[in-house]
Formats: sequence, structure tokens, C-alpha cells
Amino acid sequence: MLWIFPREQEWVMGAETSPKIVIVDQSPIRAAILEEGLREAGYGGVVHISEMQSLLSRIYALDPDIILIDLENPSRDVLEQMFQVSRAVRRPIAMFVDQSDAASIQASVDAGVSAYIVDGLKKERIKPILDLCVSRFNAFAKLQDELDRAKSALEERKVIERAKGILMKLKGLTEDESYVLLRSTAMREKKKISEIAQSILTASELLK
Amino acid sequence: MNTPLHVGFIPLVDAAALIVAVDKGFAEAEGLDVTLVREVSWSNARDKLNIGLFDAAHLLAPVAIASSLGLGHVRVPIVAPFNLGLNGNAITVSPALHAAIMEELEGDRFDPMATALALARVVAARRKAGAEPLTFGMTFPFSTHNYQLRFWMAAGGVDPDHDVHLVVLPPPYMVDSLASGQIDACCVGAPWNSIAVGRGVGHILHFVSDIVAWTAEKVLAFRQTWSDKNPETVAALIRALQRAAEFIGNPQGRAEAARILAEPGRIGVKPDVILRALEGRLQVSPAGETRGSDRFLLLGGEGASRPEPVQAAWLYGQMVRWGQAPMTPGALDTALAVFRPDLYDAAVGRPGGDAPTSQVVGAFTGPPFDPTDIAGHLAAFEIGHWKPLEQSR
Repeated sequence: MLWIFPREQEWVMGAETSPKIVIVDQSPIRAAILEEGLREAGYGGVVHISEMQSLLSRIYALDPDIILIDLENPSRDVLEQMFQVSRAVRRPIAMFVDQSDAASIQASVDAGVSAYIVDGLKKERIKPILDLCVSRFNAFAKLQDELDRAKSALEERKVIERAKGILMKLKGLTEDESYVLLRSTAMREKKKISEIAQSILTASELLK
Repeated sequence: MNTPLHVGFIPLVDAAALIVAVDKGFAEAEGLDVTLVREVSWSNARDKLNIGLFDAAHLLAPVAIASSLGLGHVRVPIVAPFNLGLNGNAITVSPALHAAIMEELEGDRFDPMATALALARVVAARRKAGAEPLTFGMTFPFSTHNYQLRFWMAAGGVDPDHDVHLVVLPPPYMVDSLASGQIDACCVGAPWNSIAVGRGVGHILHFVSDIVAWTAEKVLAFRQTWSDKNPETVAALIRALQRAAEFIGNPQGRAEAARILAEPGRIGVKPDVILRALEGRLQVSPAGETRGSDRFLLLGGEGASRPEPVQAAWLYGQMVRWGQAPMTPGALDTALAVFRPDLYDAAVGRPGGDAPTSQVVGAFTGPPFDPTDIAGHLAAFEIGHWKPLEQSR
């Protein structure tokens, strides 16, 4: 999602000027990943806001050229206020930078990020920033996913270990025999070993 | 094979008909395979509907109109063939502001004119004392909450754009903001007012039905182009929603609906809080006082499901009054065309015609609303920030 709003003074498009970018994100890790990417790409003025209280007044004080916000952030609705007639610093107009550019809008929504951009920034200047943003958001999502999977694998392993312990104690089996029993039961019931293990833990908890 | 549909919703009690239609299997019975997607902001719901990630969405009625008018956003024509709810919001004030208003109150505390006049005196006293202006939270620039708050305070002589601060806050942040003193009052939908009262950080001063008897609150919104291409699917979803609204309207169904809505993936608050909102019986003060109203939140009852264009006209009138929309006949026609009673009537087999099913608007002050003369209607209100229609035309 791209938005444009005009500034009281037109933004100077000199080669040496880097747009002032604000990242609104409650995830400090993702914000750091994005910030690093932007800095590497030569965008100097990047500020991260993680505190949602007084969001608008902070944005007005920073007076950014671009605001990047994650789509899972309820405060997106707060930003919509910028487009209202009000006593605010400037009266913005919101629009897609290019309504025909559906692919890049789709990519940004899929990645879970949206951008609000002041008027005066040429499309060529916005595109790389948005592309970078999308790729960093996707990289973060992948990282998160891997982390979650690793975490749940670890949890499953712990549950299986504990279930094996219970079987060894109650049925006098060896560790290997306990595992074989878990596995054969899982195959018979078409369930995951960890699910069978979990039901053993639950049952033993109930029967205590 | 069932038709797959993606429908966005915000976790609020007025998404009830939509959630119940899906979770009770009414949508499936109509041949629809609906995936509900819980959203965190109205901007997301609107944008995902606009770009086609959603086929339909639970949307603030004024957002649907603003989208068709292209206000503050790219213009995407929207149609609303089903009202998901009328009313349902409340004005909740901090204990300190409640005490100040009660101190200044002359007359009945449920009379919005009396409270608005009291608020005006509180505002004047604060100004005289050099205190910061009061801050009111509401949920979106194009929201009934915004217009209801403004309508109420302006009636007492408080200019919402000059005498107080009006700020947008996402509903889940409203209660914390009241508790921290960031806002002094808010207008928000169920269940958030009850949660504020339950936490002892707010008093419900008014149900919005005190201010305007019937206001279209949330609609089921479709892109007009999509709706035109898929009339059967739209009709099937309307029928499923109608059945859900009737289910919720009956007391046994209501209790079950509250349990369905309470699920973590849906609204995710306690069923009794939801049930009280559905019944219109709310605890209004931390001390435990309760208040009931048949019109607190209308879901299906009193013909509430049928989208009445006159309600769209009233909302458009508020956009004009507060400078959000231009006053032009074309814009009014566009706003009226968002609400589609014809689609509703055809889907549920109701005889057509222009006679509204429910009374409409019914504000506590000002002349009766006349959708054919919005300029004349608005001229009756002292406070407002609109320009009359260009005389030269």
C-alpha cells in the first residue's frame, strides 16, 4: 500500500539527500533487520518507533518522508488520521503511487508491510525502498517460521522423552522398547509419536 | 463444490452475524465455504477488500461510503447489501470526567442534551483554569463513533475540532489509554466499554442510541465489480447472515452465539460480556449499576439487517458537516448507492419497495433528517465545518 501526501515545501531531490524514514514496528528484531538493510543500501535517516502511545505526535515531530508500518499493527488506523482535515501540520492526500502497479501492492501486503510516502518522491526512488522492505519482511517471516519449527521440535522431543520415562517406569521397559511401543502405537492410530506421547503425559497426570 | 470466500472481520460484537453464519454452518448450508480472517485494523480490512484479498468484509458503514467516494484513499466503489448491526457503541468517560460532568449536570443524566451542556461547562472551566483540552478517543476518521461523539458534544456547544482533541485509537488500546489518562473519554463498540467499566477505569455515559436512535454501524461490504459478477454468491451470503441474525435474536440462540463469539480466534473475550452486549444490558459504572436498552445494539431485530439508504445519507451528511466530504448532489448519490436494499430484498425474498423496515436516524436534537435536503438540515446546526453547495451552479 503506498500513499502520497504533499508537503508544505517540496522535498529536495538532490542526490546527496536521503529520505527520512520512520519504521513503526512493535517487533524490535524485525525493525532492526529492516533498519540494517536500509542503512546498507545507503539510507541514513532511519528512526524506529516501537512505542504506540503518542504515535502521531512523534511522527509529526520527526516529519518523515516515508513511514513503514507492519500490517499486524493496529496503529495503522491511527496513521489514517494524517489524511484528515485537521489542525495537523499538513493536509495529506492518500493514494496509491501507481494504481496500475498491482504486483508491488500485492507483494507488500503479502509480506505484511505498508508504506506511507510524502508527495515529491519519485517512483524510482520509492520502488527500491519498498522492494527492500518486502524482502526484509519476508526474510524475517522465514526466520520466525524456522525458529518456531525448531522450538516445537524441541518441545516434541521433550514430551517424547518424558513419555518414554513413564513407560519405562510403569511397564518395566527399556528406553528402546518404550520408543518402539510409542512408534508402533502412533503408526496404528495414524498419529504423530509426539501426540501419543502427549496423551501418555495427560493420562498419567489424570491418574496421579 | 462449495464456493470459497475470504471474508475479513474485526473482533467486535457486531461481527456476530458473520461469525455465527460461518461457525453454525449457515454459510455452508448455502453452498459457501467461508474462511473468516481476523483483522487488526479498519485500514487493513478496507485495503484487503479493495485489492481483492478479501471477497467481502465486516466494515464500518462510513468506511464503505468513504471508499466509494474516494475520500482519503483511492476510490473503490463498494456495495453494502446487509447491515451487520445498528448502534452498539457507547460513550465511556474516565471516573474523573464523569465526576466533573455529574457536578455540572442540570437535568437527567441519560439526557444527552443535559450531559452535552454539562460537558461544555467542564470544557469552559478547564480553559479558564488553563488546563489541557480534554482528549476523546474514537476508532477511525470515517466512523460512526467519530460522528456520534461530534454530534453529541456539538449539541452542547463544544466544537470538536477546536475545544477538545479527538484522536483515533485502535479499540484494543482504548481501555489502557483511559487507564493511563492518555484519553479522558472514548466512543467505542462492544465489548470495549464493558471492559473499561469492569476494570474500573470508565463509566458508560451514553449508549449511542441515546444520541441517534438508529445508525447503520457495520455493513457487509463487497467491491461493486465483484458483487456485480457474483450475484448468486452475494445472495447466498445475505441469506446465511439473515439466518444467523435471526438465530442471535432468539434468547437460546443468543447464549450459544455468545459462546461461539467468545472463542479465541473470533472475538476472544468472556461469553458473559458478549451476551450482555447482545442483550443490551450493560454494567455502566464500576460500582455495579446496570442499564438496559432494546436499542443498544440491533442485530436483525426491528428490520435492522436491511440497509436503508437514508442511513447512508445521514452518514454522508456527517462527513459534510465535519469537512470530510464535499457537498455535491453527485457525492450524495454515490453515498446512497452504497446501501443496497434491493439486493437484500431479492436475497431474502422480501417484497421490494421504498418503505424502510425500521425507523431511521432519529437524533436527539435538530430537525428530523431529510435526505433530500442535507444542506438545509445541516444549516440547522450551529457548529460544523462545511461549505454550502456552490451557489453558481
